[in-house]
Amino acid sequence: MSEIKKIKNLKEFSTSADRFEGANLLCPGCAHSIIVREVLNATNDDLILSAATGCLEVCTAVYPYTSWDASWIHIGFENGSTAVAGAEAMHKALKRKGRLKQDRDPKFVSFAGDGASYDIGFQWISGCFERGHNMMHVVLDNEVYANTGGQRSSSTPIGSSATTSPAGRISYGEKKNKKDMLAIMAAHGSPYVAQVAPNKWKNMIKAIQHGFEAEGPVFINAMSACTTEWKFAPEDTIAISDLATDSLVFPLYEIIDGQKLNITYRPKNVVPVEEYLAAQGRFKHLFKDQYKYLIKEWQERVDQKWDYLQRREEASV
Amino acid sequence: MENNGWSEFEIGAMLRSFEGPATNIATTHTEDRNYSASNSFTASVADWRIEKPVFNKDYCIDCQFCWIYCPDMSIISRDKKMIGVDMDHCKGCGICVEVCPTNPKSLLMFQEQHDDEVALAEWPEKETKEK
Repeated sequence: MSEIKKIKNLKEFSTSADRFEGANLLCPGCAHSIIVREVLNATNDDLILSAATGCLEVCTAVYPYTSWDASWIHIGFENGSTAVAGAEAMHKALKRKGRLKQDRDPKFVSFAGDGASYDIGFQWISGCFERGHNMMHVVLDNEVYANTGGQRSSSTPIGSSATTSPAGRISYGEKKNKKDMLAIMAAHGSPYVAQVAPNKWKNMIKAIQHGFEAEGPVFINAMSACTTEWKFAPEDTIAISDLATDSLVFPLYEIIDGQKLNITYRPKNVVPVEEYLAAQGRFKHLFKDQYKYLIKEWQERVDQKWDYLQRREEASV
Repeated sequence: MENNGWSEFEIGAMLRSFEGPATNIATTHTEDRNYSASNSFTASVADWRIEKPVFNKDYCIDCQFCWIYCPDMSIISRDKKMIGVDMDHCKGCGICVEVCPTNPKSLLMFQEQHDDEVALAEWPEKETKEK
């Protein structure tokens, strides 16, 4: 077993050498690369990576360039997770037969957007988790198909205006609630499932390192604020992420062995959900008189979820 | 790297990030790496910028908030010290300026054509908090 990288504070962390390169074509202010950096820098071990089709893939592997300084593969929209699972199975087999040239255990990580995880790649991820590969699946959850122009995915929250669920005179936008992916993946019996956000970097590093240490398939749902589709200024990425975690719209918690739930971040001052909604263009129609009742519903839904998480943590089930 | 037409594209392509063998990349900083021409590090997105960040080291406390939150690996930190901005890869998003906690800020956005020396000379004074 390789050593865990020691990261006590941000200064110590800043001595890391990035294995993800600039001049990729992600939008200015995109949270995807902040998440990728935090994941890759959490370890010094070799990495076997994949990315499912999505913003991250199309922007970091534009022929003739690659932005990845580690083994990285892209195949299709749905099978980013299985590509890594295959590599992991091969590594395990070669190791058992003693045919590995080097005795270095790499970390296996697949990146995918919410579209490639919640919808299109769901069956493949479920398969990987059922077979129990020793890998990590990181979802860059921007709650929309941002790469193809902002179509709704099953991660899009209620009231959000997406191009296939536009808000207008008749409709308030997306009508279905976000899929509770963490509960689904925890139900697979995964040893570690966590929800993280890039603005809480320490929390995130802890979760990622815990995930790397765990034996078996690990699921990480990382909130990725999207400046283009959530419609806010590029410099506000971190401020919006702070609003999301502090208003508990995106609570940070982990589920260990599919059983024990821990809340990993408790905001000192809880911000009203209204502030989070008001900061983004995709929710601006909710502030018309016609749709104002939805803000109250949002707050109730968030409170209910937070209450549920707290009760589960307390009962440790 | 030469640009090929559509007909010359391979169905599956493999690109090497480095020239020759590359070991322990995780502990090798950019200046010691042997990048290949197909690594995007050799490319530049400097022409994306309308505004650029200017770094004033007099006020910097090396908190490294800019380093962790930079989406483009453009904040150069060595030995726990922030030493500058990588202008080839900075897209001018302005996150570094937003997260900078010092007073006055040690990173500020200026127009791309603005001279760095002039920018440093006209750096704002410390703001006093209104009571």
